[in-house]
Amino acid sequence: MTGGPTILEMRSITKEFPGVKALSDVSMTVAAGEIHAICGENGAGKSTLMKVLSGVYPYGTYSGDIVYQSQVVHFSGIKQSEAAGIVIIHQELALIPELSITENIFLGNEPSRFGVIDWESAHRQATELLARVGLNDDPDTKIKSLGVGKQQLVEIAKALHKSVKLLILDEPTAALNESESQHLLELIVGLKGKGVTSIMISHKLNEIEQVADTITIIRDGKTIETLDVKGDGVDEDRIIRGMVGRSLESRFPERTPNIGEVFFEVRDWNVQHPLDPSRMVCKNENFVVRRGEIVGFAGLMGAGRTELAMSLFGHSYGTYVSGEIIKDGKPIKVNSVAQAIANGIGYVSEDRKALGLNLLDTIKRATVSAGLAKITTNGVVSSVKEYETAERYRTMLRTKASSVNEGVTKLSGGNQQKVVLAKWMFTDPDILILDEPTRGIDVGAKFEIYGIIQELASQGKGIILISSELPELLGLSDRIYTIFEGQITNELTAEEANPESLMVSMTSKRTNVR
Amino acid sequence: MKSIRKIFGGGGGVNQFGMIIALVAIIIVFQIATGLTLNPTNVINVFLQYSYILILAIGMVMVIVAGHIDLSVGSVAAFVGIIVAQSMAVWHLPWPLAIVLGLVIGVLVGAWQGFWVAYVRVPAFIVTLAGQLIFRGGNQYIGNSTALPVPESYTVIGAGFLPDFGPDFGYSNPTLLIGLIVVVVLIIREIRARATRVRMGAEPQPVWASVVRLIVLCGITVYATYLFASGRAGTSLPIVAIILGVLIILYSFVTNTTVFGRHLYAVGGNSNAAVLSGVNSKRVNFFVMLNMSVLASIAGMVFVAYSGSSGPADGTGWELDAIAAVFVGGAAVAGGIGTITGSIIGGLVLAFLANGLSLVGTDANLVLIIRGLVLLIAVAFDVYSKVQGRPSVIGYLTRNFTRKSGGGDASTGTGSATEQPKSIDDSPQVLLP
Repeated sequence: MTGGPTILEMRSITKEFPGVKALSDVSMTVAAGEIHAICGENGAGKSTLMKVLSGVYPYGTYSGDIVYQSQVVHFSGIKQSEAAGIVIIHQELALIPELSITENIFLGNEPSRFGVIDWESAHRQATELLARVGLNDDPDTKIKSLGVGKQQLVEIAKALHKSVKLLILDEPTAALNESESQHLLELIVGLKGKGVTSIMISHKLNEIEQVADTITIIRDGKTIETLDVKGDGVDEDRIIRGMVGRSLESRFPERTPNIGEVFFEVRDWNVQHPLDPSRMVCKNENFVVRRGEIVGFAGLMGAGRTELAMSLFGHSYGTYVSGEIIKDGKPIKVNSVAQAIANGIGYVSEDRKALGLNLLDTIKRATVSAGLAKITTNGVVSSVKEYETAERYRTMLRTKASSVNEGVTKLSGGNQQKVVLAKWMFTDPDILILDEPTRGIDVGAKFEIYGIIQELASQGKGIILISSELPELLGLSDRIYTIFEGQITNELTAEEANPESLMVSMTSKRTNVR
Repeated sequence: MKSIRKIFGGGGGVNQFGMIIALVAIIIVFQIATGLTLNPTNVINVFLQYSYILILAIGMVMVIVAGHIDLSVGSVAAFVGIIVAQSMAVWHLPWPLAIVLGLVIGVLVGAWQGFWVAYVRVPAFIVTLAGQLIFRGGNQYIGNSTALPVPESYTVIGAGFLPDFGPDFGYSNPTLLIGLIVVVVLIIREIRARATRVRMGAEPQPVWASVVRLIVLCGITVYATYLFASGRAGTSLPIVAIILGVLIILYSFVTNTTVFGRHLYAVGGNSNAAVLSGVNSKRVNFFVMLNMSVLASIAGMVFVAYSGSSGPADGTGWELDAIAAVFVGGAAVAGGIGTITGSIIGGLVLAFLANGLSLVGTDANLVLIIRGLVLLIAVAFDVYSKVQGRPSVIGYLTRNFTRKSGGGDASTGTGSATEQPKSIDDSPQVLLP
């Protein structure tokens, strides 16, 4: 603590979504004029807590009290929290690309006389605000012509215009490069000198160590501890211990791995961001998969795991730059999804509803949708074979449904995921990429899906497992690669890997690949 | 009601049972009001007069299922119509060759529009709005904005009937023969469908359900056969109805059982998921637009034959009639849902409505208003039933029945994820090119 008066106290905040307790009894205290960092794994509840604070989840949808400037506040929306001087800057910026900097700063808050906007005053104020955040661009510049780093600064200028007292930044540097990040961090420290309190959510522990005064660690929706950076001599390792400190329960079926030779290899894989060619989402990535092996990919949100997986699967993400895929000793091409499937690659997407399933389909239509060729003669799909296939997988995976004619929307998340797995098992891939295969699925179904994954590996398939849940990665994988900012930073065997060693490689550029 | 659903089935998303009820209701209401609706001559007229809309609806439902729209069909039909008329009147092409020429033009026009939609990714609304202007202009430029008559021999495809043969029973013999064939096919299909269900190990339907379904379908066929066969001397089943029937069977087969059909529904239902399942969505979009223009060319040629000449105002507003038929027929505005049979029934609903209103003597301008309201209400039900988690439009009419028989509506809100509040930073990331 810096010892200043308290500006914000959140007391016993509990927030539930249907079936999930996102926050349970979370408390934290923020002193005026400090930089307060919130750390935690993906899904620990950091963003939810900030949305409660800023009124995105209005008063009444959570329990507990928010005490702000010595008063209990009941925000019913962002407008009210902003009026009180709390401004949240989201990871996804909320600027309008086609409008100028000035227009964005004053959007919804235009200086006007009799309803006519006073552009002269707006322009003058904008110039002052831009100077305060250290941005030299013309206030008439359109947002779309600015980089993400500068856009971030415009967001802060906009917050300053609203006479912000408490600034919340959600992963402010996630999309920025090194020098942009540094500039932003310096700005936040500068604002602190001018009396603006900041709460910062970040995965980048080195940055937190650099600027934060206090750190609150959240794990599984609960406050674990609050650390005083200067006083307690906190370093990255200390933070990591707090973030992951939980024991691995025996939540995984027994398995004796039977691992064969290397048969799938990715060499020097480079992919650009689809909209911003100057950003590489995959930088010279190299990895191998052996037969019957479950290979985990660990990384924090935005590290580039999904981007890697989708670019391997028929160049479905970003712009392919260079790199080779070798399968069974021969280079293969994956220029389209159809080609990737033909070459024995399957991809179970992290977003089941948006990318994995056509929600209008019945179970049987969904099951055969990626392997239609197998049940087609002369362009005609055999309804008998379709039914038999779907029924076979329903029995095999124990999908709970009254019949395969049922619509997939009627299934629970776990059973939908089984249908997606069935769809890809039916294409009989040699390499199956599973991207967050248990997201949004209850514990019982998770256990069953782990069993299916292990069974597929025992059949000699190579499994690439992407997961944000470290216990899941540690419990299933034979080997784990870590990714940080589009680069593979480490490769650990099951024996070497533990939450601490993974978190170190997931949060730093130190590469240690053998 | 459970038994009714057993007979007509409720699977496949769209509840066609509801649309059939709407159609039957309209016919009965106007029959009672005028006594003329089910007169053989009137029924034959309805088909002669509206079959081109039904032909367009076949293509339009596929376009809409894919998530697009085609505003150019009327102009394309007129464009092909004038070229076909010109080819016979000026270049003296024999009519079969003229038809081939018309189809080729349809393919070329379709490839042009498909190219812009699928490969340049210009929204189909814009591409076909441009097409509406381009091909309307093309029609008037080629035809000098005047009507061009077509030879007598050609008009048979639009206004002709099956020629009679054999002994005279007072009915049209070929029509009776076709009716008989349809009945036999219906019975064979039912038997084979039962055999397939047994092979799949699914619970076989009770025999009585099959029998009742057959009696109803065969009864309708027999009655329709009687209507078409007992018209004025010289009339019978119109040739255009046969063309329509062949197209319906062909395209129902394509959409229901072929890989292309699967891909079509996949792209319309969730384009990203389809692409990630290996579907070439560009090719699907290209062919669906191409196919629409080919069907528009057929509709155009049929209409020219029906009216005996090709004029500058042919096909005006057809796109809207076809789109209306598709939406009344249960297609979803967002794509992914819709069937050929549904759209045909939707088209018949609108056709018999317009026909009935004019038989009652309603002012033609009022007819437009009423048809507009019917379309609006049909789509409003679509939106409403979406909120209710139900996929069909006029299926709403049977909602109370299906609710009970289905044992409650289980389709709404099962996953907890869907119920989590959407927040401003939930915006989707750019994933696919």
